[in-house]
Amino acid sequence: MLTRLVFAGQLAFTLVVAAFLIVPAVLSMLAGVTVNYFRGIRSGVTLEWMVEVWELYAETIVRSFEVAFATLLLTLIVGVPAAYALHVRQGSWSRLIEEIITLPLAVPGLAIALALLLTYGGFGAFRGSWLFIAGHVVFTLPFMVRAVMAVFAAIDVKTLDESAASLGASPWRRFRDVIAPNARPGILAGSLMVVTLSLGEFNLTWMLHTPLTKTLPVGLADSYASMRLEIASAYTLIFFIMIIPLLIAMQMLGRDKRSAA
Amino acid sequence: MSAGVSVGLEACAKTFADDTRALEPVTLEIARGETLVFLGPSGCGKTTTLRIIAGLEAPDPGGRVRFDGEDVTSIPIERRNVGMVFQSYALFPNMNVAENIGYGLKIRGASRAQRQARVEELVALTGIEGLERRQVDQLSGGQRQRVALARAVAPRPRVLLLDEPLTALDASLRERLRVELNRLLRSLGITTVYVTHDQAEAMALGDRIVVMRAGAIAQIGSPREIYFEPASRFVAEFVGAANIVEGTACDGAIVLPGARIPIGTTGKVTLMLRPETIAVVPPDAAELSGRIENVTFVGDRQRIVIADAASRPLLIDAPNTIAAAPGERVGLRIDPTRIRVLPEERDEQGGKS
Repeated sequence: MLTRLVFAGQLAFTLVVAAFLIVPAVLSMLAGVTVNYFRGIRSGVTLEWMVEVWELYAETIVRSFEVAFATLLLTLIVGVPAAYALHVRQGSWSRLIEEIITLPLAVPGLAIALALLLTYGGFGAFRGSWLFIAGHVVFTLPFMVRAVMAVFAAIDVKTLDESAASLGASPWRRFRDVIAPNARPGILAGSLMVVTLSLGEFNLTWMLHTPLTKTLPVGLADSYASMRLEIASAYTLIFFIMIIPLLIAMQMLGRDKRSAA
Repeated sequence: MSAGVSVGLEACAKTFADDTRALEPVTLEIARGETLVFLGPSGCGKTTTLRIIAGLEAPDPGGRVRFDGEDVTSIPIERRNVGMVFQSYALFPNMNVAENIGYGLKIRGASRAQRQARVEELVALTGIEGLERRQVDQLSGGQRQRVALARAVAPRPRVLLLDEPLTALDASLRERLRVELNRLLRSLGITTVYVTHDQAEAMALGDRIVVMRAGAIAQIGSPREIYFEPASRFVAEFVGAANIVEGTACDGAIVLPGARIPIGTTGKVTLMLRPETIAVVPPDAAELSGRIENVTFVGDRQRIVIADAASRPLLIDAPNTIAAAPGERVGLRIDPTRIRVLPEERDEQGGKS
């Protein structure tokens, strides 16, 4: 009897917490399809706001995804080998490098953006395009490196590497055939983090953006500041619609390859 | 019949980056087709020696590793053509059993058909038929061990290196696999270096055993030599059970509380008596007697601890049929031909001399 009571209590608590988090999201999404938010849902349901958002901001959405995937590509190319090197050479230098990589998480994004601007702001074309991605890479790299290192620690990658070496595999083949495939869960977790963080990153991006290079969150801030609340909400809704299938697809991609191998 | 190469180590020492000396300079020769076992407690340098032969560690400057006379010291492991089995097996989780076994051949550019034929051969040899398509995490410990062995042997390496390959298994399986491994190594005839801390494994598998202690070789010899003629007290106690009796011999005999044991020499001596060389006899007919302190029945025999016979309690292995009860006084007969006088210790036990 008591255990049932405890269970009921726990269930109620969980539901309340979940509702606390979910209700605002649902309300926000509803606002995006409501004719007049101040009169409530009774004023009618419309897709007009979403169409308007798409016309105004489609470019920012596409750009956000471009930036996110470019960031992902770079963090993969840099982060996975870096994680391997840091795991295998566990000296005090490695610890230091690990700390330095992690540092951008503790430094406010605005400060990073300012430093990047001070250093590279003078290069016009770079300022308008790649500087963005550089900022995102600096910000997201620790998540990739940490996630991959966690997997390396769990699977004793050093011995796997040694056993592949004993079978005649060169360092590159070892990395390609054994290390990278077995780091897949970490690479996947890291990739999800990198993509979502890059898509949602605001303060660094806001500082770095030019009128021609707005991303989604910057556009969102813009719409909150200057448009009707319904437009900003519709914008959020579009964001949800785009990112959730993306995350699911990435999860499935990771799982597929594992079972096929 | 024999495959593989002879392996020579010349003054191979190893000092790690933090200045700890893992290995004193070791020089030894492993014959073509021989199985050499490195035996010793953890931290004795046996795995370091194996890793130097493999190419996973470089010896300190001045050390040389030779395969059939050829200096391979600076050749990295991937070009030494060695086969290695790790204690954790280190099977690739992203490949199935057949892919694991065939990986070394794939690296060497063997065709799909060649690989398949060799994998089939090894699967049969190691008795894991039917598991080829299994994922590694679906295998039992014994099966993993066999896959690891098959994978190491598949590319026909010049030397097979095994680092505690049976340690992760439970006792009964370990014993069975030891027999299988022995058969396999004999049939391959490959030069094999085997590292273990288990003296029964060393005895069963080694043509020769290298007993190591604190980074140095304590003794090299056949299993019989190591067991019957240990070079030091450490070897005597590490390999099998041993009774160590210290005393001073006068007139060619050593005097114990219970009796005089005749030995050839005079002066301060250390004797080793194996438990199975002492027999329990009726007290009145015996030259040595003592009191039974403890009896442990282990199935095929019973181990009896005798007090009051020597300066320290004596261990005796007696047949499982005789009656023995704690407190009882018994006579002991020692086979005089099997008493081993140990050489003088050179301050190894941290003693005062």
